[in-house]
Amino acid sequence: MNVIKVGMADLNVAKSPDRIRTTGLGSCVGVVLFDNQNKIGGMAHVMLPDSSLSKGMLNVAKYADTAIPKLIENMEKAGANRRKLVAKLAGGAQMFAFSTTSDTMRIGPRNVEACKQALNEAGIPILAEDTGGNCGRTIELDSCTGILNIRTVNQGVKEL
Amino acid sequence: MKFEQFGDFQLDVLREVGNIGAGNAATALSKLISKEIDMKVPQVKIIPFDEIADFVGGAESLVVCVFLRVLGNIPGNMFFIISVESAKNLLHELMGIINQDEESFNEMELSALNEIGNILTGSYLSSLADFTKLNMQPSPPAVAIDMAGAILSYGLLEIGHNGDFALTIDTAFFHGNEKISGHFFLIPDPTALPQLFHALGVPLE
Repeated sequence: MNVIKVGMADLNVAKSPDRIRTTGLGSCVGVVLFDNQNKIGGMAHVMLPDSSLSKGMLNVAKYADTAIPKLIENMEKAGANRRKLVAKLAGGAQMFAFSTTSDTMRIGPRNVEACKQALNEAGIPILAEDTGGNCGRTIELDSCTGILNIRTVNQGVKEL
Repeated sequence: MKFEQFGDFQLDVLREVGNIGAGNAATALSKLISKEIDMKVPQVKIIPFDEIADFVGGAESLVVCVFLRVLGNIPGNMFFIISVESAKNLLHELMGIINQDEESFNEMELSALNEIGNILTGSYLSSLADFTKLNMQPSPPAVAIDMAGAILSYGLLEIGHNGDFALTIDTAFFHGNEKISGHFFLIPDPTALPQLFHALGVPLE
């Protein structure tokens, strides 16, 4: 069994029995897709909501609206069935309690909204989520069971 | 602004920027706790986002961090980062607080850490503003104790639209046997750098 690592603004696909993991999600959102029939899991570490604001070379994995279609495409290439995919979300926290409500500081909730919208457009149901709050998360998906492990500093480990 | 066009000379200038800022902040810290504070040579790096937390031990390592956004002529993000142990030692030195809790801090302690971070980063930034004659306005500070990756990624949001690399100016400081040690970490926005170089009379070609 290998643990496949997903970096910041990155996405990847894992087949059973491998696991796939990303560390230190703050305002970023970890989007996890899973095909239970073919035992294929995918993960994207989304950093920003909207790719139309990108300047220069576009890294599709960075934005919610481009990362999710790309992840679906990569999973289909790996043998997943698009119609069987289900999603789980984690992250989108607000790490600092600023008194201002500027858009940059509200980036976590905006990332979560954008991910939900992209999943909705792709017709993928969201089974569970652990989003918002003010703590960092490390997540790991078991591509055999579809169980998502979420570790935080103060609340230990939980499963989705 | 492309980071690739920076030569050794430009990076040297940024190292000096770190030196002046952190030098003043270290002096301020030294006065606060009446102890000698040493400083390491600033590191100026152009790094992929993924490596942003490597200098404090990786994305999952637990850190205490005071963050503020810098506005004005040189926009950017400023972090004051110390380990949990250093934070406790600092509170003890400064206020006589003894915290025996494993990982948590109460409101009073957090407020004190926030204020220490505010004073030190304020000293860092005002020395830079004096030196460059540029206008720099720090936002009110905010403190967080969490995974380094989750915290530092906040400093990448502004530059995230421009690319996948960040220019970072990191200066480590420590007291004697490293009972108190930490980092001043500045991530200027890409738009800040031409202004900064111009103010310092550094040619950009």
